[in-house]
Amino acid sequence: MHPTSITKKDLLLFAVFTAAVLAGPIILKPIGAGYPDLLQKFAIYGIFALGFNILFGLTGYLSFGHAAFLGVGSYTAVWTFKLLSMNPVPAIIFATLMGGLFSALIGYVSLRRSGIYFSILTLAFAQMCYNMAYSVLTPITNGETGLQLAQSDPRALDVAFGRDYGAVLPSSDLFGLEMTGYPGFYFCAVMLIICFYITLRIFRSPFGMMLRAVKSNQNRLNYTGVNTRPYALTAFIISGMFAGLAGGLLAVTDPLAGAERMQWTASGEVVLMTILGGAGTLLGPVIGAGAIKYFENIFSAFNKGILNNIFDFLPDFLQQVAVSVSSMFVGEGWHLTLGALFMVIVIFLPGGLMEGVSRISNLLSRRRSDGGSGGTPHPEPAE
Amino acid sequence: MSTLSVRNVNKRFGGLKALDNVNLEVEAGTVHAIIGPNGAGKSTLLNCFIGRLEPDSGSVTFDGQSLLGMAPHEINQAGVSRVFQTPEIFGDLSLIDNVMIPSFARRDGAFKINAWAAIRRNGPMAEKAMSMLCDVGLDAKADETAAHLSRGDKRRLELAMCLVQDPKLLLLDEPTAGMARADTNNTIDLMKRIAERGVTMVVIEHDMHVVFSLAEKISVLAQGAVIAEDTPENIKGNPKVQEAYLGGAHL
Repeated sequence: MHPTSITKKDLLLFAVFTAAVLAGPIILKPIGAGYPDLLQKFAIYGIFALGFNILFGLTGYLSFGHAAFLGVGSYTAVWTFKLLSMNPVPAIIFATLMGGLFSALIGYVSLRRSGIYFSILTLAFAQMCYNMAYSVLTPITNGETGLQLAQSDPRALDVAFGRDYGAVLPSSDLFGLEMTGYPGFYFCAVMLIICFYITLRIFRSPFGMMLRAVKSNQNRLNYTGVNTRPYALTAFIISGMFAGLAGGLLAVTDPLAGAERMQWTASGEVVLMTILGGAGTLLGPVIGAGAIKYFENIFSAFNKGILNNIFDFLPDFLQQVAVSVSSMFVGEGWHLTLGALFMVIVIFLPGGLMEGVSRISNLLSRRRSDGGSGGTPHPEPAE
Repeated sequence: MSTLSVRNVNKRFGGLKALDNVNLEVEAGTVHAIIGPNGAGKSTLLNCFIGRLEPDSGSVTFDGQSLLGMAPHEINQAGVSRVFQTPEIFGDLSLIDNVMIPSFARRDGAFKINAWAAIRRNGPMAEKAMSMLCDVGLDAKADETAAHLSRGDKRRLELAMCLVQDPKLLLLDEPTAGMARADTNNTIDLMKRIAERGVTMVVIEHDMHVVFSLAEKISVLAQGAVIAEDTPENIKGNPKVQEAYLGGAHL
């Protein structure tokens, strides 16, 4: 069979996605998210969640250690800055490859088990990476301080091309274009669009179909003549490379790598993003990542003063109560809000935000066809 | 010519002799049934064909190639497809995808990263899958989710999934177990049509109606040993079989 291009419908989806991402600063302005630092985070964590979804959404293997690959990507990128060049391109290439290498090793061992045992193995490996980054690997990771750039870094390629940053601490730049502000966002946005296209192709390919079959019934797949483990491992490596790239991009926009990026809470966050948006859907993980990073930004910015202003209309005593109760949900405690939000989604929309979208569109189309033949079946709840 | 050949197979579970020097030759292009009372060793024998169990001694060869120690996917790639007692299908995928997956597995082998080519919904693979669904009478449900099918339809789907691979040998483990009479008769008709295409089949079955309407040759297992191997007519009249299997009742 000749390799064929994707269908018109998918091409349209890709075009709309691309337009939406590029127009992000304008679209998200009304909700107060139209500034590059936050948009950049949307794009980076969108890549992280897209990759995670290739593993979890398609094959059903729930990894609890993907933050390790994110952290590895960041360290690799910073080392590339230090040793080779402040140009982000080599940094993200090495970050992606290193993410792939680590995921190949960890995946090879972890995929010997499935279900909860697989999750525990990946969690153990990630915690191992985290603890090693703090202890024995301090010469590489610079321990608690985190890996930073220094004026005295060799930067072999930059030196070879006669690039001199002088006496200031350099920041990453793409052939003279500094990776801060909007250029930084658009660099990440282009990466997100490329990753989305790759994911789209995988979703529509025979390979993607095999990954779905791995999730659906591994026993049948084996007796159908398919060796399931290399399929799962390939999915694991692809998602690890996406995570490595995301980690590299974090370092591009802010050239500092710390071990806390590898902690299990970071691994849990990508699981939440994927489930919140809709595991196994194309757009869901990106939307989930955006939603979580947006709420984190909004709620963690609240403090007692703002709350006092909000509840100013109440009598003094009630104002005190309202402020002290709601302050548990904002600022440092915004995770409580995230938890509540997550519970509501999982209970009422097990297919994530994308299920909500498809329910609404079903409702609309049914109303339009005046109660025609029933809607499409709901997506299966995420495991 | 014999395709599947089982020679002197023994299997012991602790003190229980599950298979006692079993010999079996399955001729190409025939339907061979294995019958026997509960606990006679039918499933143990089948599990020895497909790499789930390793016999203590003896050999199982298919087209001259030993099946022992092979992984399930290797046995399938050698041309042996299997239908399970409880239909094993891809429950949360559509029927057409259920049939396309085995088709891709036959074309691309046990592992191939085919991640850049799009699946064409009107390409040759989809057409082939659709014609298989047509053969088993499920073409109208091609886009439905497989988990929602009735037991009988799941079995038909599973047969389509095996047939799309053009198997050299089809193993069926109680294909009509747990089915309503109408479903059973439909399934028998379907299996007859499959047999007419010249697909070699080994059927393990409880239901005598199924066995006698399908099989060209029957092996009777009792307490792990083959006590008779003959045509259905002769098996019906065999006093040893009636004694061991039918408890003396006349068929």
